[in-house]
Amino acid sequence: MGDHVPGPALGFTQQPESGAPRRGVAVEVSGLTRQFGAAAALCAVDLAVAPGEFVALLGPSGSGKTTLLRILAGLDFPDSGVVRIGGRDVASVPARQRGVGFVFQHYALFRHMNVFDNVAFGLRMLPRARRPSQAAIRERVRRLLALVQIPELERRYPGQISGGQQQRVALARALAIEPPLLLLDEPFGALDAQVRKGLRRWLRALHDQLGITSLFVTHDQDEAMEMADRIAVMRDGRVAQFDTPAAVLARPADPFVAGFLGDANRLECAVAGGMARFALPGLSPLPAPGVPDGPGLAFARPVEVLASPAGSNGRVVTVRPDARGLRVVVAVGPAELEAVAASDWPAPQRGAACGVQVVSAQVFAA
Amino acid sequence: MSVAIRPAVAEAPWVRRFVIGAAVLSLALLLLLPLLAVFTEALRRGLAPALAAIVEPDALAAVRLTLLVAAIAVPVNTLGGIAAAWAISKFDFPGRRVLVTLIELPFSVSPVISGLVWVLLFGSQGWFGPWLEARDVRIVFALPGLVLATLFVTFPFVARTLLPLMQEQGRAEEEAAATLGASGLQTFRHVTLPNIKWALLAGVLLCNARAMGEFGAVAVVSGHIRGETNTMPLHVEILYNEYQFVGAFAVAALLALLALVTLLAKGALEWLTGRRQGVETP
Repeated sequence: MGDHVPGPALGFTQQPESGAPRRGVAVEVSGLTRQFGAAAALCAVDLAVAPGEFVALLGPSGSGKTTLLRILAGLDFPDSGVVRIGGRDVASVPARQRGVGFVFQHYALFRHMNVFDNVAFGLRMLPRARRPSQAAIRERVRRLLALVQIPELERRYPGQISGGQQQRVALARALAIEPPLLLLDEPFGALDAQVRKGLRRWLRALHDQLGITSLFVTHDQDEAMEMADRIAVMRDGRVAQFDTPAAVLARPADPFVAGFLGDANRLECAVAGGMARFALPGLSPLPAPGVPDGPGLAFARPVEVLASPAGSNGRVVTVRPDARGLRVVVAVGPAELEAVAASDWPAPQRGAACGVQVVSAQVFAA
Repeated sequence: MSVAIRPAVAEAPWVRRFVIGAAVLSLALLLLLPLLAVFTEALRRGLAPALAAIVEPDALAAVRLTLLVAAIAVPVNTLGGIAAAWAISKFDFPGRRVLVTLIELPFSVSPVISGLVWVLLFGSQGWFGPWLEARDVRIVFALPGLVLATLFVTFPFVARTLLPLMQEQGRAEEEAAATLGASGLQTFRHVTLPNIKWALLAGVLLCNARAMGEFGAVAVVSGHIRGETNTMPLHVEILYNEYQFVGAFAVAALLALLALVTLLAKGALEWLTGRRQGVETP
C-alpha cells in the first residue's frame, strides 16, 4: 500500500506512512516517435498534461492515439523520445511497475474470474510485504464496486454482465491499485448510444471526485468536447492541436482540425487582399484576415451556412427537422453543403430553389 | 397434414438418413470392428491365457518401458508445447511463422524418418556415434533413443491444441495483468493457465495416447531387445510374428484399453468444460 487516492467515496482514509496522498501526476511526453515497420504511428509527439487534468486524445483511426496511450502504460515502447510521469523518466520502468491504471477498449476482464476477483487482482499481485490483508482487500473491493455502482454484481462472471457493467468493472479494477494516472482506450467504444451518454457524465464526475490525471482515447468529438479539460487532436501520428474544447472549436490550428471538428463544410476559395472568394457560384466573399494571397480552404459549420428563399444559387436536397431549427442539405453548383434554413423560412421543400450564403468560416491557405 | 415449411438449409429426409447411415457404417467398419477383433482374439481361449501373456516378464517389461517413456515424453512436451504456443501467440519475434511450421513437422514427416534421424545422429555410424561410443553412452537401441523418438513424434499435440485458443484469446488479459502489477510468472499462473487449462488437458491426453502407441519411430531406434527396449506396440509385433496370437492380442488389448481410458478422460473433460461454460455464460 503506500499510495492513496483521496476522496470521500473511495474512503481510503488510512494515510500512508510516507506522507501526502498521491493525487494526479503530471505527464510529459517529448519527441515521442514510434514506427511500425515503414509506417510511423507516432512522429515527434510533444504533450504536457497537468496533474489532475482530464485530457482527450481525439483523432481518426490510425492517428496514433492508442499507440500513445499504450506507450504511457508501458505496453508499447517508443523508438525515440522521453516519457515522464510525475517528473520521472519511465523509459526503463516496465508496465507492471508504473502503477498506471489502464482501461482497455474491450475491457480485457479476466474471463475465468468473477467480478470481485477481477477487481481484487491488482491487490493480490502485490508483494507479500505490501499486500493488504484478506479483510482489507475485501473491504476495498466492495468500496470500489460501490463507487462504480455495481455492488450487486460481485459474484458474476464477465460473460454474464452487460457491456456497460463490464466497463465499470474494468474501471474499478484499474482504480484498485490507486493509480495516479488513469488511461482509458475508447472507454465507450463498445457501448450503445444511450449507455454512453450516461457513462460520460458519470466518468467525468468520478474523475473530479478522485482528482487523478486521466487520458482517454476517442474518435467521437462530442465525447471529447463534453468530458475533457483539454483535447489533443491527433492526425497521422502528430498532435495537430492541444487546447481546451472551446478553443479548438473556435480557433482550429489548421485545416485538418477545422475540417475534423464540427462536421464543417469544406469550401475551396481564392484569397486576395484579405478577402476569400469562393469557387462555388453565388457565395459572397468573406473577410480572411491574415491569410496570404493565393488558393485557400474555408471551413464553415452547418450553422454558418444559411439557406433562405431569397436567391437562387442553390437547391434544397433534403430537409431534416432539428431541435434548433431546420437542417437542410443544399446543392450549390457541384457541391452539397450542410446548412440551416433561415428562421423566416418555415417550410422549405425538397427541390426548391434557394439562396445560400456562408455567414462566417475559418479560412486557411491551401 | 398441413403444408410443411422446410428451412432452406434442411436436406431431404433420405439425404439426411443416407449421410448419417454412411457415417455410422464407416465408423463401425473402420473403428469399432477392429477394436472388437482385438478383444475377441485376446479372449479367444478365455481370460487366463490372456492374463498370463500380460504378466509374463517380457510383457511386463514392455508395459513398464512404455509407461516410463510416456512419463518422460509427456511432461517434456507439455512444457515445450506451452512454451511454443505462449511464445507464438503472445509475442512478436522474427521467425514466428517458421516456428509454427516447424511445430507441424512431426505430423508431416513419416514416423520411420522421425526414428531414423536419431539413428543418423547418434547411431554407431552416425554423426555423433563414435564420440558417444568412446564415452560409453548409448542413445540408440536404448531408453534415450526411445524417449527422443517419442518426443519428436508427439511434440505437436500440446502446441497445436493450445495455439488456436491462445491466438483467439489474444494478449489483452495478459496486458491488463501487467498494468495491474503482475509479474510474468504471476500472469501465467493466474491469467493464462486458467484460460487454457481444459485445452491443455486435452492436448496432454492426446500426447499421452500417441506416446504410448507410437510404433514406427520407436521401432527404428529400439533394436527390439526383449525385456529391455521393447515397448508395448513393439512387443505386440514380435509376439504376432512368432505366431503367439493370444499373447499378441492380449497386449494389444491392454494397449487399446489404455488408449480408450485416455479418450474417455478427454471426452469427460470436454463434457465438463461444456457444462462449465454453459453455467458461466448462459
